[in-house]
Amino acid sequence: MTLDVTGLIYVALAFTLAPFMFGVINRVKAFFAGRKGRPLLQLYYDIFKLLQKGAVYSRTTSWIFKAAPVIILSAVAVSVLIVPYGGHGALLAFEGDLVLLAYLFGLARFFYILAALDTGSSFEGMGASREAQFSVLAEPAFFLALAALARLTKSVSLSGIYSYFSFGSWSVMWPVMTLAAAAILVIFFVENARVPVDDPNTHLELTMIHEVMVLDNSGPDLAFMLYGAALKFWVLGALFIGVVLPARSEMPWFDMLVFLLGMGALSVLVGVVESIVARLRLLRVPQLLTTALALAILAFMFQNS
Amino acid sequence: MSGSVDVFMFVIVILNLAILSSSRLADCIHIVALQGVLVGLLSLVVQDSAITFRLILIAAVAVALKGVIFPRLLFKAIREADVGREVQPIVSYPISTLAGTLFFAVSLWISSRLPIPESRFLHFAIPVTFSSILVGLFIIVTRVKALTQVLGYLVLENGIYAFGVVLLVENPVLVEFGMLLDVFVAVFVMGIIIFHINREFDHIDTHLLSRLEDWRSRRPEGEA
Repeated sequence: MTLDVTGLIYVALAFTLAPFMFGVINRVKAFFAGRKGRPLLQLYYDIFKLLQKGAVYSRTTSWIFKAAPVIILSAVAVSVLIVPYGGHGALLAFEGDLVLLAYLFGLARFFYILAALDTGSSFEGMGASREAQFSVLAEPAFFLALAALARLTKSVSLSGIYSYFSFGSWSVMWPVMTLAAAAILVIFFVENARVPVDDPNTHLELTMIHEVMVLDNSGPDLAFMLYGAALKFWVLGALFIGVVLPARSEMPWFDMLVFLLGMGALSVLVGVVESIVARLRLLRVPQLLTTALALAILAFMFQNS
Repeated sequence: MSGSVDVFMFVIVILNLAILSSSRLADCIHIVALQGVLVGLLSLVVQDSAITFRLILIAAVAVALKGVIFPRLLFKAIREADVGREVQPIVSYPISTLAGTLFFAVSLWISSRLPIPESRFLHFAIPVTFSSILVGLFIIVTRVKALTQVLGYLVLENGIYAFGVVLLVENPVLVEFGMLLDVFVAVFVMGIIIFHINREFDHIDTHLLSRLEDWRSRRPEGEA
């Protein structure tokens, strides 16, 4: 087995560049608000600062609360390895790895919720209940979108699915690709707690979802949570970019460049959406999610068998 | 050519879902009008041979009716009958949206079993037009206001019209004009009916129509 250098470079890029995307989003939002904005590398500084601090644990918490950040970060880190970037096969590719991907996210979310409940804070409990409610609707949409792509490409491995696409496939398979990309984009917003669903800047605990669930985490634990969120952003973004901008040339560095530009553009898009769209009322979120689910179902059916 | 028919069908399906999930009456009317324009233009796209004057005439009449006159009439009905701006569904929007995908699945199954002659554009044309018909029926059944029932009827008619255009490529004129006339009269009559229901009862809630009784004297004002 030869060493897959390009794959290793992609994984290294994921681990190093993921927090940078949040800097881009913040800069875009600052631009829209007429501010100068935080430094682009702010999240790196935050993570390093938090890693040097000690953690404070409430007396009501148990080992679950201490274990959760590690479990979440490791689950997301494994998912970084099984997602293909820029059309290049993933380091860990096997039949059915899309199920593993969905359940790695499921595992991370489960411990996210457990840790939030473990603190005994009623606000965190509310956040946990919302998280659970929305993920019940987001998970089938995610599965169906991937299943539609799997049916289209006749492959049940993420690497197989994504290496099938090229810019030329848009002219033939555009209906399925559009629908699946739209569904994945909605799931991207939900899973990363970005604006139409959740507002990362909110300061009102009653309306928070993700932000409220990490209120009790401090020090290295919070750093793990933040870094895990950044990696998740990268992984789901890669799934979206892999469909929308499937650059497959002979030159790996060109594909890599297109992929990175796509990720940058996606961050800008997130920033723009966050600047011009109001977040949905909590009651309307399930409707957005069922729309994503409906699009994914259509994507599954709108193809020649 | 069949590629562009697929584009039309794709947009029509998406618009069906949009009608099912949008909560504003005005949005629904715009969506139905857009769908009508697409369906009207379909007769130009389906044709393989040269586009004749007759075809352009058919398309122009269909687009004018579905895209301009029907929406005008409906907006006029909203203004005059002072209809509220929301749709008032009996079934919630998420469930309606999912029902829309279910209809598409059912239509796929039906069209796979229909003995339809082989044709070049029938990729998704038959399931999409079928599902439009089902979505139209669903809107008629699950929305409270009389106006939304007209909208459901229009969606249903769009489906039938598209079905006719795609299947009867050769000589659809008579069928189409007959249908258009029917719909025109129907929308006209429905507009009048909406206006009258509204004048009689101060609202256009069709639930209460079942309480209409002939043999008893009129209820006192303010009830119903």
